Amino acid sequence: MQRSSIVFWLCAAVFLIAVLLMTQFVRNEYPFFAGYVILQFVVLSVAWTILGGYAGYVNFGTNAFFGVGVYTAVLLLQAFGAPLGVQILVAAVVGGLLGLGVGLLTLRMRGIFFSIATIALAIIIETAVTNWRFVGGAAGIQLQRPPVMEPFDSYVKMLFFVQALLVVIAIAITRFIQNSRIGRGLHALRDDELAAECMGVPTLRLKLLACVISGALMSAGGAPAAMYLQFANPDSAFNLNYSISVLAMSLIGGTAHWIGPVLGAVLLASTQQLLTVTISSEVNVLVLGCMLVLFVVAAPKGIIGLVSRLAGKGGRA
Amino acid sequence: MTAAAPEAPLLRIDTLTKTFGGFVALDNISVEIRKGERFGLIGPNGSGKTTLVNCISGALRPNKGAVLFAGENISPLSANKRSHRGIARSFQIPRPFRSMTVLENLMVALDFAAHRHLLETEAHRRDAAMAVLTRIGLAAKATVSTATLTQVELRKMELARAMATGPKLLISDEAMAGLSTSEVDEVLDLLMSLGGEDIAIIMIEHIMQAVMRFSERVMCLDAGKIIAIGTPSEVMANPRVQEAYLGT
Repeated sequence: MQRSSIVFWLCAAVFLIAVLLMTQFVRNEYPFFAGYVILQFVVLSVAWTILGGYAGYVNFGTNAFFGVGVYTAVLLLQAFGAPLGVQILVAAVVGGLLGLGVGLLTLRMRGIFFSIATIALAIIIETAVTNWRFVGGAAGIQLQRPPVMEPFDSYVKMLFFVQALLVVIAIAITRFIQNSRIGRGLHALRDDELAAECMGVPTLRLKLLACVISGALMSAGGAPAAMYLQFANPDSAFNLNYSISVLAMSLIGGTAHWIGPVLGAVLLASTQQLLTVTISSEVNVLVLGCMLVLFVVAAPKGIIGLVSRLAGKGGRA
Repeated sequence: MTAAAPEAPLLRIDTLTKTFGGFVALDNISVEIRKGERFGLIGPNGSGKTTLVNCISGALRPNKGAVLFAGENISPLSANKRSHRGIARSFQIPRPFRSMTVLENLMVALDFAAHRHLLETEAHRRDAAMAVLTRIGLAAKATVSTATLTQVELRKMELARAMATGPKLLISDEAMAGLSTSEVDEVLDLLMSLGGEDIAIIMIEHIMQAVMRFSERVMCLDAGKIIAIGTPSEVMANPRVQEAYLGT
């Protein structure tokens, strides 16, 4: 194993142990309640970056994948009383299949056309779920949490740990893609699809792969939200805010490296949580918008672009 | 599929027709190119040269006719599969991967090349990419961003990237357009040195001295039709070619 890989897995292990210790020793539930949302956005943003950042296909349908994750969990719970792990796994499979379907239908379109197609997808699925009685229809559905598993003493703490696990999985997969020839191929097709194709890069296959992995991770990241809220309704599960937040987090962090969306999600989601508590949940949307404008103008390559530019200047001086 | 006879052509274009709406860009083109041949493709602007290249490389699908490569009908294949079969090209307007360095541009080709199994590790592929850059004369620019390259360096980078795929047929689409006289000679020498027993080259060019010096055979297109094909001097002497070019 390479040295950078050893460092990465060490950091991942330290992170998970820290999270586990936190669930054992912190008594107040609020940090877990807020932290869960932050971790959820890390998963979504990192997953989004695979297709939106590496391949340059801007997906506006994050809410579709998120909502599909939520409702897969709801369906499994209602129909079979499936446990959380199964809910997440099946959500990943369904999200991956959805990614494959969407990819086959839309990846031949470029730029804004692809983005619009992904918005349309979200609307179609939301409409279907709204009219599906078994999962609650438009009114939503109340969900009963099963008893919490050892060693956790509350369900929210357990969900926090599960989401931390998903963060590590999502980052590990994204990091693998970035360092493999898949990542190089995606970057090539983002720069110039025709040139990449003529150099032997199987562009359609790579885009489909990116779409499947990205979709699977997004749906997996959304699945625990059903148990987290103990309630699901189409309006909130398919809320366009997820798409916009995730897009903003990825772009503000920077999409050239997997650390970008992690930084962006942690920064923005924490700010949002803070503002929701201190001022109001409406203000956080305003702040999100302002920060996005600020970054697009001042640091179009996001935080990591800004840092490498400053480091580059310092290095040469 | 039957095995190709030893003297079978490397590339066979068979009654190829391509239309854009009502406009006939290529009209019933048939031509054969031998293994290792240096083939010049000329014709006035809009005569269908680049369309032909696009149909060979897979960027465009013809309406009728077929492209056969090494005895195999490659018409249904996508561009990346044709690249794996051994068809490489440069573009009339350079299309580098702008977010990457010169070396990384070549690494893309090597990462996905058909002969990748020979270059197992990243280090092997890096060496192979450096070897191509050295041969093209761009080794000194390996680690710079493609955004800083001059026009002639970009042209060379495109040729290097095409060579990195390990082609049997290299199509150079106006690699010398917009270059100075000395740069034209430089790129021409380079193309001459790249061809040889294994690599056939189709060179599209407007610069006649370059075409005359380079080509074993020349084909002239006008309005999507072949108006002359033969040795360079034969084609230049052809009154229809002179008419197409000079409009007299």
